[in-house]
Amino acid sequence: MKSHFRTIMAWLHTWAGLPCGWLLYLIFLSGSIGYLDTEIDRWMNPHFQIGVHDETADQRAATALARLQERAAGAARWFIVLPTDRNDPLVRILWTPQAEPSGATPRAGSALLDPASGQPLTSQHSLGGQFLYRLHYQLHYLPLPLAYWLVGLCSLAMLVALITGVIVHKKIFVEFFTFRPGKGIRSWLDFHNLLSVSSLPFQLMITYSGLVFFAFTYMPLVVVAHYGLDPAGRDSFASAAFEAGESYPRSGTPHELAPLGPMLRQAEARWGVGRVNGIDIRQPGDADARVLLRPNQDSPLRSTEIMVFDGRNGALLGIRPAVGGVAKAMHDLLLGLHEGLYAGPWLRALYVLSGLAGAGMIASGLILWAEKRRLRVERTSGRAHAGLRLVERLNVGTLLGLPIAIAAYFWANRLLPAGWPPRAAWEGHVLFIVWGLCLLHAAWRPVDRAWREQAWGAALAYAAIPLLNVLTCVRHAPSTWLAGDWVFAGFDLATLAVGLAFAALARRLGRRQPAEGLRA
Amino acid sequence: MSHAFAPGRRAIAWRLAAALLAGYAASNGLAIGLAALLPGGKAEAVLAATMLSFLLYALAVLWAFAARTPGLAWLGLLLLGGLGLLPYLWLDLR
Repeated sequence: MKSHFRTIMAWLHTWAGLPCGWLLYLIFLSGSIGYLDTEIDRWMNPHFQIGVHDETADQRAATALARLQERAAGAARWFIVLPTDRNDPLVRILWTPQAEPSGATPRAGSALLDPASGQPLTSQHSLGGQFLYRLHYQLHYLPLPLAYWLVGLCSLAMLVALITGVIVHKKIFVEFFTFRPGKGIRSWLDFHNLLSVSSLPFQLMITYSGLVFFAFTYMPLVVVAHYGLDPAGRDSFASAAFEAGESYPRSGTPHELAPLGPMLRQAEARWGVGRVNGIDIRQPGDADARVLLRPNQDSPLRSTEIMVFDGRNGALLGIRPAVGGVAKAMHDLLLGLHEGLYAGPWLRALYVLSGLAGAGMIASGLILWAEKRRLRVERTSGRAHAGLRLVERLNVGTLLGLPIAIAAYFWANRLLPAGWPPRAAWEGHVLFIVWGLCLLHAAWRPVDRAWREQAWGAALAYAAIPLLNVLTCVRHAPSTWLAGDWVFAGFDLATLAVGLAFAALARRLGRRQPAEGLRA
Repeated sequence: MSHAFAPGRRAIAWRLAAALLAGYAASNGLAIGLAALLPGGKAEAVLAATMLSFLLYALAVLWAFAARTPGLAWLGLLLLGGLGLLPYLWLDLR
């Protein structure tokens, strides 16, 4: 019995995927690249000499504390991020002002500290890898709440597409081993199935945990029902669920903060020297101040042990375990798995590849949709309807246009004049302008030509980046390769490999007969 | 995929609305009730139910398209959401 239910699920799989497909492709592509955010930051800010200033945690904390005192005296919370591993190359300070009487959320602030001067970085040379990372959930040019809801809606569609995709496929195990290349639509379907089945656990994890990141934005009503509508109720939930039931009210009596040095030494004795990653100070300058220290994350569990100190005299008040309740542990595990901050180089590479498999799954799904309908049009020698023509062109202009635009973002970083004040913002504009041009090109050229030309364009745009780097940057091949400068050498290798992959695709597209190719 | 299933535009619009709106109501109603029933303290239960609500929402979307008629899709989801709320109304608001 080929059940009616499965037919409906196949229909839903198709139509949940298609309308959200291009935005999901952007989310998966930029999110995958985002796993290399700090490496890209360093490539785009070559003048930063990370790791040459060997200060102790004490010295860094003292500098950060002085900056926070200047910028945010009287705040409800200070937070200092100390460099411990690849995730935080620079010292970062963050602060949250006191809550407003109206109950509105106060505007938090943050700054990175220049490792040379210890002063906040004011002019930004580049948006760096953080721009690509943020693109995957904040998008760009849009108000944040709108972006979060758009991304959330796409994530829900993705979840529905994953569940229906599993239901549709009876022979899910066999499909793991099935790939019949060079057979037109059949190959695209095999490719789609192979990518989806082999990376299914990752795709389910990344989609679901992505929704959990914004759980209380998308699904606020459960908290409202059980804790009430007012901010006090929200705070009491947040405290119970995420702060082990503690809250940090201000006593109103000023008191100087105890020196951090002895606290840091107790923490380093417990976790190891150089592992204190977060210094969380609640109500600094108050008699009831608390200092919470946490180590860097070395497992998929996002929460860590926390040492709580009395901010008045520096006494250790207690050690909060990393795991409290089951639900919070599940929450922290999902978020930790999504972020992958714990991942070393090999696991990080696997994260990137799994994310790219997701992007490939989405891309092949979009191509399949168009290919099937194009074939039907050809069989009946009818005219392609407007919807098909639109999808075909959006496919070229996004599936290839977006990678080209990301390459253009790297080109802009090397070619825009240094010291030009708006240059960082223009790196971002260049990405979107080039994407727009690719969409125009796709709309203007015959579709099979557009595929081939943009594939060659992508090949050139990536493969030439090492050369661009030789011409525009003092840190370039071969000296970076010989010196073991792995961020720069790795960037060269990665862009070269991506360029060659696009060249192979372009050659393949060139050989195809129009009837079985990506489509005329 | 297969083309045996080709609902009309109006039916699709009603089912889509059921999926997004009634599905949201159903998943929230069920999650609110679930939070009243789950063990381990109120905050833990609320957190767990909120996280589970996305799975419930996705399944509600499936139901909205699998139900025999668009009307049944709406009715089923609204009933489910209302039923889901019962443990909450019974235990928490008593």
